[in-house]
This record gives sequence, C-alpha cells and structure tokens, in this order.
Amino acid sequence: MTEETASRSGVGHLVEGFRRMAPLSLFVIVFGLAFGVAALQQGLSGLETLLMSGLVFAGAAQFATLELWGETIPLVPLVAITLAINARHLLMGAAFYPYLRELPTGRRYASLILLSDANWAMAMSGGTAAARLGILVGGGFALWSTWMIGTGLGVAFGSGIGEPERFGLDAIMGCFLLAMLVGDKRDPGVLLPWAAAAIAALAAMAWLPPHAHVIVGALAGGLMGLLLPPAAKERTR
Amino acid sequence: MTLSATPGGVLLAILLMALTTYLTRAGGVFVMSRVPIGPRVERFINAMAGSVLVAVITPMAVHGDGGARMALIATAAVMLALRKPLPAITAGILTAALWRLVAS
Repeated sequence: MTEETASRSGVGHLVEGFRRMAPLSLFVIVFGLAFGVAALQQGLSGLETLLMSGLVFAGAAQFATLELWGETIPLVPLVAITLAINARHLLMGAAFYPYLRELPTGRRYASLILLSDANWAMAMSGGTAAARLGILVGGGFALWSTWMIGTGLGVAFGSGIGEPERFGLDAIMGCFLLAMLVGDKRDPGVLLPWAAAAIAALAAMAWLPPHAHVIVGALAGGLMGLLLPPAAKERTR
Repeated sequence: MTLSATPGGVLLAILLMALTTYLTRAGGVFVMSRVPIGPRVERFINAMAGSVLVAVITPMAVHGDGGARMALIATAAVMLALRKPLPAITAGILTAALWRLVAS
C-alpha cells in the first residue's frame, strides 16, 4: 500500500471501484425492493421511503426501525436501535483509518458517507490505499444506486417477491461477507481472533440484548489479536 | 419524546436517523485520528477487522436453516478454490435454493 497513497486516488479509482462492485450490487436491488414494499405497508409514503433509503442507506437499521413508524414516531427507540445496529460502522471505520490518514479532513469524512458492509469488506480485502478508497467510495455509490433502484421498484410495484428465501436470496449477504473474509488473507495468525469473535458473538446473542453480538464479537477478536505474540502477524499488511 | 407523523415530523425523524447513521460511519475514523496508533492498537485493529465479519456471519450459520449453512459452506469452498467472489456467492445462493427445494 505504500507506493500509491490515498491522496492520489482519482476518478479512475472511483470508476474501477464502481465497476468491481457493480455485479455484486445488483443483489442489493432485491433488498431495496423488499424494503420499499415493507415501508409502504407500514404507512410511509413513497417519497418518504425513497428519502429514507437515500439519506440513511443502512438496510438493516431501516428494516429494524420500520415497526416504530405509526401515528407518532418515538425518537429515543428510533435513535437507539439505529445506533445499536450501525455501531459496527465505528469499528469498520477505525479499521479503514490507515488508508484515509493522509487525506485532508473534508475528503476523509466525505469518503465515509457511503461506508457499508459490502464496500468496506471489499476495500479491506486488498489493493493500494488509492484502490481501496476507490472501492469504498465508487463501490459505495454502486451499492447506493442499486439500493435506490430497488427501493423505487418496491415503491412502484408494491407486491414484490413473495418468498425470497425460496430462491436463496436471504443468503446473499452472508455469502458475500464470507467471500470477502475468505479472500482476505491466509495468515494463520487470524484464526485465533476469529474463533474468539465467533464464540463471543454466539454468547452475546444468547445472553445480551439484540444487536450487541457484532460489537461484542469484533471487540473479542481484536483483544485476542492484541494478546497474541506480534511476530506471527504483521507481515501481510 | 415522540414526533407526530406529519410530513414535517417524518422528515425530521428520517434526518435524525440519517445523522445517527453517519456519525457511526465517521466516528471510528474521528477517534482513530486523535488516538496515536502504536503497534498494539494496530494489532487490535487488524484482528478486529476480520472479526467484525466473523461476528456477523457466525450466528447466520449457527441459527440459520440447512440451506443457509450449506450456502456458506459452498461459498467458502468456491472462494478458496477460485478466489473470485462472484462465482462463490452465486454458488452459495444456488446451493441454498436447491437445498430448500430438495429438503421441503
């Protein structure tokens, strides 16, 4: 990552990031469609649904808070649930920080507007700092576009796909994230942190409030990495 | 604290949600730009990066049905063999669909 720094990231890197994410982002249309349908059923107008998808751009949080929208909107649960589900972004942003370090403040924080699971995972999986930034922003734009197209289709046509799980479509997100994880690197030093993360996540799921498991698992994995002897790691990055 | 679902109230609630979400996106970078990064912090961050994904995926595998599990196994196998995400994800989705077709 040393030879091409983030500040040299240009339009070419954005286009490349968009191009690499585009085929995968087509799957997002289905999620968007499902959200559009669900939001209309909850009583939001088409315009409000599109606004929410466009400005929030966080599918899991949007789905999870839908039930709160009624005659009145309780703000504390709305913010708390949004925060709990999206808190993983804090850790993802922290992990991506090395590739943003050299950017001026404005560009640094603008680059994070479209950070989400898929483009972050792909950006973390390799390349120069400039290429990674291109994937985060360009790939993020690809995901945002398909999310909006999907939401629009859901709003426009309403009925949607009756049983997405029959076609295996509910497995998309897990498969995507696993593909990014496996493609990441072959350093056996990561296995212990990953095992700690898996166990902690399952334990949190059993005993802690909903949505805590991602944070707990990630922190457990990080702590395990901290405790391991440093020599075995480091080499790959 | 509630808003009534007038157009203005809904808009305000959406903006509040968007702001909260953006703060989570920017917050990690904001903290990291203020905390000096030593080798220990770097080890923590590197181990945590993959662990986020592990923590998302593991419950899907453990609490999911057979189709979800087989989908993940197929994805991992194809990814290890070809190292290309698109065939790996496609294999996962097809496996889930086929598994459910046969199992139900």
